[in-house]
Amino acid sequence: MKLPPFQALLDEHRADVYRFLVATVGPSDADDCFQETWISALRAYPTLRRAENLRAWLLRIAQNKSIDAHRARGRRAIPVGTVPERASPSPPDGDPQLWARVRDLPAKQRTAVFCRSVLGMPYAELALLLESSEDAARRNVHEGLKRLKEELSE
Amino acid sequence: MNDIETTLRNAALDLPTDTPDVTARAETEGLLDVAYTSVDSPLGPLVVAATPQGLVRVSYTDFRGEDQVLEELARRVSPRVLEAPARLDTVRRELDEYFEGRRQGFDVPIDWSYLAGFTREVLRATARIGFGEVSTYAGVAADAGSPRAVRAAGNALGANPMPLVVPCHRVLRSGGKLGGYTGGVEKKEFLLHLEGALL
Repeated sequence: MKLPPFQALLDEHRADVYRFLVATVGPSDADDCFQETWISALRAYPTLRRAENLRAWLLRIAQNKSIDAHRARGRRAIPVGTVPERASPSPPDGDPQLWARVRDLPAKQRTAVFCRSVLGMPYAELALLLESSEDAARRNVHEGLKRLKEELSE
Repeated sequence: MNDIETTLRNAALDLPTDTPDVTARAETEGLLDVAYTSVDSPLGPLVVAATPQGLVRVSYTDFRGEDQVLEELARRVSPRVLEAPARLDTVRRELDEYFEGRRQGFDVPIDWSYLAGFTREVLRATARIGFGEVSTYAGVAADAGSPRAVRAAGNALGANPMPLVVPCHRVLRSGGKLGGYTGGVEKKEFLLHLEGALL
């Protein structure tokens, strides 16, 4: 089993993973999710049996972290009296309204829409990432884009 | 559907790409199996690498590219290889001092665990040759406990994963000939001049 040095993965995929997280969980949670993603990946890395499809593997971990962050945010949304202050301003995310709509999509659709439309990911790779069939991956892209289009034209 | 995809692609161009650091967290979580960095030297850039136990690699990058060195480390030691200069601060300082003529020996711990058998014995014997001194392949073979294994000693030295720190440049051929050096014999000459072993 010949795995590339982990730094090579980090160099090649860090920007895509970070953009994916800023788009799908928002700038305020993206940094934590990014670190969690790479630490989880680093922990599991030596046990990987195949050195193929590493991008799909990394983005699947990132998607799981983003789902955790969405759940945690759901819990935080219960009124607690005070709003926690942020130590530093969050980085910008380009088009806040658009990404907010993406964030409101179901998890598989937001992953599918980002990976297909922004990263140009082939359906076979997207199917691996989503652990679904290629047809299901295609449907997730289609449904997600359709819903975004409807909401943005309202 | 194309217009919404174009909108997404264009918006993504403004997403931040300056990513947070993960190396410090990897170190505190005990997941940084191999840390490496690049160190400048009068003999060109070096790549140096260490496990938590000590140094495992020093390589002249003009001899073997950094990518190849990192792939070897991933295969031989652990695929958890990350660029993390902090762990290499001491060896960097000691190398700087050595090349400036202000240091005669290296104090950084060495991780010998990835070297086995006779190779390890030969390199340990080599590490005992002092600054400004020289030995021979036969001498090192004898110090490693196998006086007749001169050729094997030569092979072990040729595969030295830590040149400079394990000073294989101090091992010459019998009869005063320089012998070979991984990375080029002109480097061997330079180092022996630096140490005053060669006039």
